[in-house]
Amino acid sequence: MTATTVRRPPVAAGGPPRRRRGWRSGPVREQLAGYAFVGPAALLLGLFVLLPLAWALLISFQRTDGFGQGTWAGLENYGRLLGDAQFWRAAGNTVLFTALVTPLSMAMGLAVAVLLNSVLPARGVFRSVLILPMAISGVATALMGVLVFDENSGILDRLVRAAGLPDVPWQSGGAAAFASVVLVTLWWRVGFNMLIYLAGLQGISPVLYEQARLDGAGAWQQFRYVTVPLVGPSSFFLLVMNVIYSFQVFDVVFVMTGGGPRDATSVLVTYAYETGFVTRDQGYAAAIGVVLLLVVLAFTAVQWRTSRTRDLVE
Amino acid sequence: MSTATSTPGRAAGRRARGRFFGLRVAAAVVVSLVTLFPLYWMVVVALSSRAELLGGTLRLWPRELTAANFERVFSSFPVGTWVSNSVAIAGVTAVITVVTSLLGGYAFAHLRFRGSGLLFVAALATLMIPVQVIMVPLFRLVTALELYGTYWAVILPTAASAFGIFLARQSMLGIPRDLVDAARIDGAGHLRIFTAVVLPLSKPLVAVLFFMSVLQSWNDFAWPLIALQQNRLFTLPIGLLYLQGQFGSDYGATMAFALLNVAPMVVLFLVF
Repeated sequence: MTATTVRRPPVAAGGPPRRRRGWRSGPVREQLAGYAFVGPAALLLGLFVLLPLAWALLISFQRTDGFGQGTWAGLENYGRLLGDAQFWRAAGNTVLFTALVTPLSMAMGLAVAVLLNSVLPARGVFRSVLILPMAISGVATALMGVLVFDENSGILDRLVRAAGLPDVPWQSGGAAAFASVVLVTLWWRVGFNMLIYLAGLQGISPVLYEQARLDGAGAWQQFRYVTVPLVGPSSFFLLVMNVIYSFQVFDVVFVMTGGGPRDATSVLVTYAYETGFVTRDQGYAAAIGVVLLLVVLAFTAVQWRTSRTRDLVE
Repeated sequence: MSTATSTPGRAAGRRARGRFFGLRVAAAVVVSLVTLFPLYWMVVVALSSRAELLGGTLRLWPRELTAANFERVFSSFPVGTWVSNSVAIAGVTAVITVVTSLLGGYAFAHLRFRGSGLLFVAALATLMIPVQVIMVPLFRLVTALELYGTYWAVILPTAASAFGIFLARQSMLGIPRDLVDAARIDGAGHLRIFTAVVLPLSKPLVAVLFFMSVLQSWNDFAWPLIALQQNRLFTLPIGLLYLQGQFGSDYGATMAFALLNVAPMVVLFLVF
């Protein structure tokens, strides 16, 4: 079908002298060039992402430790998930982490963006400082988190004690450890949210604020009825990015708490890693991964369909 | 005279500054201090002696600075090897990312070919796949291709960037179609248009892609943790985790090494 419709024009154009030129600039040549240009990236993504993805689906139906051939297990791995308390704990933590980090980092990012978009001395310096955490590796961020939250020698603990307040079990208490992971993640992520919101804010015409002021709108009303609706496209982008990121949170959890104490901070990706490369129950690890991916896909699809601001993004 | 000129001047200045000026400055300072404090504390701990860190009194600045932590790290671990591993892997990965992103971005922006929309969406969809979903088969693939035990085990799976392609496409859509068409009418082939017309206009894009890729590769953790299990191949983040496992609560040494991981990117970030 393609071949016939595409090849006909040069022939129809007639004589041999023009044929070569028609071929050079015609659609077939352009199509071939398109595939050639996309080729290297497509090859790498296909070979190292899409092929392993299909393979992971296959492995999730097997019983295998990674050495030698696995045996077909049908839906056994998925059945085991249903009754695995550790899996549900990790899934619950992942959802809770996402539900906390996404709105908090967006709200804080927007607040800081509005602040640093207003008239301030050394505004550029403040902006640079706020996005600095984006340059820090997850491992270093997590180790800084340990340095701050360590129960024996952490700086936060010492400050709390110096102020005469009761100790918080940042490492031995489940809820406190979870909170410490969320706080470190916020430190790491707010800068990115601020950066995206700053770009959004700079697209809003000052005239709109002037008009709102003339209509008697106060600072809060201007924020609520001018700023928030007009950064909608940024919010949509950040919502999707933050959820995808939060479902994939690995570095900070793995290094800071290792999922402990007693699985209190265990999330799906750390559980999948432990299962796949520590206990080497690789079929089961693949099944955990597949479920994780399905949840992310479902969320993104729902977001994409329901978002009112989608058109503005495209 | 002076009051006559300064009063309206000050009023105008106040209006330009907007409301709650003092409060806003204070808020910006507090937020910045909270952001900077962990980094500052990392530097302090890296430069403090063990005795000082374990001492009973709380000090927010070191009484005396020492390089002992750095000496301990350098004498106990192959730090030089790990640094060069990081540089080599980040450098090669970034070059491949830049080239593949530019080529792909140009095709998606200016070439009409069947399935281009589908391919573009498929590339973007790979952003949603956490490496932990594909780690088991990816490890087998890398082993089967005999890449395990080399830098390529990390470079090739992370070199193609869907985000980079997206960024390149968006940027190249800004290059006027007429310019590309004019070159085509002059008889230039697609490769020639790409190298002679598109590339010279994309220098800022190349810088952004390179910087982004170096940053990501330098800090990458989850996949290198699986793919680089030999000590001699460690990158800085993996070395950092290993060192922390060996030195435990020796925070001075851990933070001294963490600085080696953090400092180059912070400098690059501020320069950029």
